[in-house]
Amino acid sequence: MLRRIAQKNLARVAGPSRARLLSTTAPRQADITLTIDGKEVSVPQGTALIQACEKAGAAVPRFCYHDRLAIAGNCRMCLVEVERSPKPVASCAMPAMPGSKVFTNTPLVHKAREGVMEFLLANHPLDCPICDQGGECDLQDQSMRYGSDRTRFHEITGKRAVENKDLGPIVKTSMNRCIQCTRCVRFANDVAGVEDLGTTGRGNDLQIGMYIEKTMDSEMSGNIIDLCPVGALTSKPYAFQARPWELKKTESVDVLDALGSNIRVDSRGVQVMRVQPKINDEINEEWISDKTRYAYDGLKYQRLTTPLVREGNRFVPASWETAMETIRHGYLNSGARGDEVRAVAGALADTEALVALKDLTNKLGSENTTLDSRLGDQPPVQSVDIRSNYLFNTSIENVEDADAILLIGTNPRHEAAILNSRFRKQYLHRGTEFAVVGEKFDSTFEYEHLGTSPKDVEAFLSAKGGDKGFAKIWKEAKKPLVIVGSAVTETKDGAAVLKAVGKHVLDNGNRFLTPEWNGFSVLQRAASRAAAYDIGFTPSSSASSTKPKFVYLLNADDVDPSSIPEDAFVVYQGHHGDHGAQFADVCLPAAAYTEKSATWVNTEGRSQMGRTAVPPPGASREDWKIIRALSEVIGQPLPYDDTLQLRQRMYDISPTLVRYDALEKPSPEVVKTGLTFLSSAKQTASSEPFKKPITDFYRTDPISRASVTMADCSKAFTKKDYPLGNVDEKAQASYA
Amino acid sequence: MIRSRAITRSLPSLSLPKASSSRSRIVNQSRSLATVSDPPVRHYGGLKDQDRIFTNLYLKHDHGLKGAQSRGDWHKTKEIILKGDSWIIQTIKDSGLRGRGGAGFPSGLKWSFMNKPGWEKDPRPRYLVVNADEGEPGTCKDREIMRGDPHKLVEGCLVAGRGMNANAAYIYIRGEFYQEASHVQQAIDEAYKAGLIGKNACGSGYDFDVYLHRGAGAYICGEETALIESIEGKQGKPRLKPPFPADVGLFGCPTTVANVETVAVAPTIARRGGAWFAGFGRERNSGTKVYCISGHVNNPCVVEEEMSIPLQELIEKHCGGIRGGWQNLKGIIPGGCSVPVIPRSDCEKVLMDYDSLKDAQTSLGTGAVIVMDQTTDMISAIARFSKFYKHESCGQCTPCREGTTWMMNMMDRMVEGRAQEREIDMLLELTKQVEGHTICALGDAAAWPIQGLMRHFRPEVEARLAAFHAKNGQTLFGGSLLSEADTRYAIPDNLGGDAHRNVGQISAP
Repeated sequence: MLRRIAQKNLARVAGPSRARLLSTTAPRQADITLTIDGKEVSVPQGTALIQACEKAGAAVPRFCYHDRLAIAGNCRMCLVEVERSPKPVASCAMPAMPGSKVFTNTPLVHKAREGVMEFLLANHPLDCPICDQGGECDLQDQSMRYGSDRTRFHEITGKRAVENKDLGPIVKTSMNRCIQCTRCVRFANDVAGVEDLGTTGRGNDLQIGMYIEKTMDSEMSGNIIDLCPVGALTSKPYAFQARPWELKKTESVDVLDALGSNIRVDSRGVQVMRVQPKINDEINEEWISDKTRYAYDGLKYQRLTTPLVREGNRFVPASWETAMETIRHGYLNSGARGDEVRAVAGALADTEALVALKDLTNKLGSENTTLDSRLGDQPPVQSVDIRSNYLFNTSIENVEDADAILLIGTNPRHEAAILNSRFRKQYLHRGTEFAVVGEKFDSTFEYEHLGTSPKDVEAFLSAKGGDKGFAKIWKEAKKPLVIVGSAVTETKDGAAVLKAVGKHVLDNGNRFLTPEWNGFSVLQRAASRAAAYDIGFTPSSSASSTKPKFVYLLNADDVDPSSIPEDAFVVYQGHHGDHGAQFADVCLPAAAYTEKSATWVNTEGRSQMGRTAVPPPGASREDWKIIRALSEVIGQPLPYDDTLQLRQRMYDISPTLVRYDALEKPSPEVVKTGLTFLSSAKQTASSEPFKKPITDFYRTDPISRASVTMADCSKAFTKKDYPLGNVDEKAQASYA
Repeated sequence: MIRSRAITRSLPSLSLPKASSSRSRIVNQSRSLATVSDPPVRHYGGLKDQDRIFTNLYLKHDHGLKGAQSRGDWHKTKEIILKGDSWIIQTIKDSGLRGRGGAGFPSGLKWSFMNKPGWEKDPRPRYLVVNADEGEPGTCKDREIMRGDPHKLVEGCLVAGRGMNANAAYIYIRGEFYQEASHVQQAIDEAYKAGLIGKNACGSGYDFDVYLHRGAGAYICGEETALIESIEGKQGKPRLKPPFPADVGLFGCPTTVANVETVAVAPTIARRGGAWFAGFGRERNSGTKVYCISGHVNNPCVVEEEMSIPLQELIEKHCGGIRGGWQNLKGIIPGGCSVPVIPRSDCEKVLMDYDSLKDAQTSLGTGAVIVMDQTTDMISAIARFSKFYKHESCGQCTPCREGTTWMMNMMDRMVEGRAQEREIDMLLELTKQVEGHTICALGDAAAWPIQGLMRHFRPEVEARLAAFHAKNGQTLFGGSLLSEADTRYAIPDNLGGDAHRNVGQISAP
């Protein structure tokens, strides 16, 4: 609220600067040179001194400073000595000045650090043995490095005691340990868009918490646990589960949305203990969503660990041989010919399995490779011949350059939470304007609502005029960006919407499509979708009208039951006994994303490698190996025996699939060709409103549906049913 | 007209030693060959009524527009405005005016930061913020000014605002000052009505608005950046500098924050000239100053006097001397509670200006003289200040948040005597750990009174500790008694164990 008032004030007084933060200074470019500990370094003007020190190789301790958050300068741990400055200077808050001489290793600096450390520890409970942060605690590490070796705090008045806060099912608080660095507050306000986490009270009574007693309702809340330099904010699901030094750390990729956030899977033995973000500036910066972070306990429940064969009304465990034989019989007995064999791929199918399954299906003479989304059994409206028609062409990183963004039929907060945090950043720092056509949602940025239906899209994009509000901004924007949600292409209006968008983008090609800027993006929400389109996992138009007799469900859990004929033979391959498995005659247990080394293509078209963190449970196997084995049993062996050969095959299909971490951007000409195809569609838009594809962010896929934590979150945040104040009083008493 | 009682009181023979020394020097000079003689030693103090700026300090007259105009306010303000920004700033520079809020930064220089080359191209509006959040304990000068001479402040806003090319002034007034806020608001309304401010202020063609903003009662909001945050509607927590308010201040625009007194004297300086103002006080400490003297004096008062008036003369002349005579004086805090106390011996020597007090390791601060006679428990007095700073710390940065509480706890124990002797040095070290390590000056302000106490009254503290130990036995670090300690275990040295470990006793069976 206050921020909003301030914004209005600023908007009123500040004229052309549209930034929504109060204290923003213009970015400066030129390089400056300064001396740090006798070593000369050059940094861009405006760089914080602490970064310059880092560049010079001088480690500066810090608690409140974080390079992705606003600067607070309140912990005072980063004090350094600057020549001709009588007092030590907080290096995080001081811009590097040309020619200045900085010392980070003098008695004055040592004394200052020791003093600050002593003050921080004075009111810290020092309960490290029972603290979950132990082993990865900044306070612990830095007190060893920079603190005094003995305490002088013996006051009979004792230490400060602070009541714990209940922030919901994810963040566990132990506020006695808090050192008031306000990293969490700055993250919540600037990145997550939770404006009611803040500080109350003053002086020694300063407390962090929601201003009123409520949960921290954000899909990004888990990140404050990582940010907290002490054990004040720890993870509830992970509480007392493991110590960091026991964990094996595997760098991998998240698959619970289509962004491909980089993660680090921490495992102990065969169990995934937690998921942490891995820094990747091009995708997730340093954040991951709560679903990415906490759905891992779903990997333990509802798993398919052994092949299952239906006998009457129940599944009977079987050996792999029996299961494969049953499938062979089922296939032969179904009498499926040509397109009557249908493969359905779900959201969590990896690229290797998709390629293998498509090859197998094609070998069986079928073109009927479909997706489990709505209208996934039809040829896609955007056609998959040109990549830019279904990818997020702008790229996640470049989104930050957009000055006006039009969202069509998508809620980025739920479909791509990490992307949404970039929107929030833009909204605050660059003053980007947003507009939405589609269902309204609780956003972390302000937007103008332009309508709900495909007709409104047409109306807005074809309107010539518009001299007020978003229409004016849209017309004048130098880098406009239109984002079409994946759900739009899954409706019968998809072609009409894409036609309107395609026309508009082509008409304004000088602004939308330049060598530096591509303002047309489709936002996918399923991890496998971009790869499926890339390899052409779509049916031909003749195949799509064929009634299947043999259906192969590859992780297909959102499949429409009516699309599976009663008498068809159904195989389900996946890692969870979820919706799809119910239709199956045979279930084949496969590996989840933490258990296999697989390729994932994110919504930008960037292929990334997921790595094996733990072995697949029980008899389950990697997906592509199952399909390879089945091809042998059915008598149509696939021509690859190991991953290398399979990836060679992937390279033959599309080189981008195995060019890991690289982003290949199509040229404006190719994009134009694609858009010309889109705008040649015949359909006209209806006025049937767009629908949100995701109603419950925390339960979107088999893994998150099996997760207890996600169920708690869904109850607390989606259904708003959370009994507040269940902070364990006994535990609290023992800390006090 | 003003405090005639105080002025007619005969002076003690204060200036005699000085006069005699200067005479002897003149005698020496007459024997030498040099023809140049020293200028006669000037004695400061004894401001004449016609030189007073604040002529309604005691609210004896009408504080409204009419009364103010009869006292010379708003006289030819238009001409001052028309002379332009550089003239106003040069006049203030010539006058040698230094900020009256405590830090004593030269005002002309500070105001000129607003007019950097190319400032005209900056589309942002520009603000003057007047700091009327007078919260420093012992200080009550600004409230008298705003109560009796609110028009001086409003006119000062216009003149100072013109000098720094500001579009508007915000007067941030302490919430508790109800009457003062009413008077200032009345003055603003009257000035608007008379066309003195607002569009085409005083007919000069210059547009200037004045707003009054009432605070909610936090000492820290008197810090300039915290004050800016508070006006913006946020928690009053100091900002980091740089950027300084002159670059990014109120609502992100160039801003200068100035004390009430600094702003209110500007029109008079502009009318009577910089040289007139510079004629008072010693060099670099020029002008007149409103002093507020409280505590153990016979007549506590607020009085405008010349800068560099000897502290003793200020007290004897205007306050009727120390309760029980000068010899009964124990110590004086010369500039509000955030500056170190000085003992009587220093009080006899110092002049009430920035430099002299700095030489005495204290500061002029706001000119709030707190006098304490021999009945004062000096330790308890300083402990109360520590409590104040603990209560008023905003909690943003570590040394102040943790340090003020720790210092208060230790001071509370010192009052009782419940401390180990070595803890005095430890406390001093803590004050050094706070001082200079914080975002704003509140940390320094919390540290200085304790340093002043230990500098001049350490024997008193030691005696208090000794008395407690004599009665209750030895005390360990942190305040627990040795008699209550678990003697089955050796008491660690960092708890004070080594200070009174009796080796013979321990080795005995």
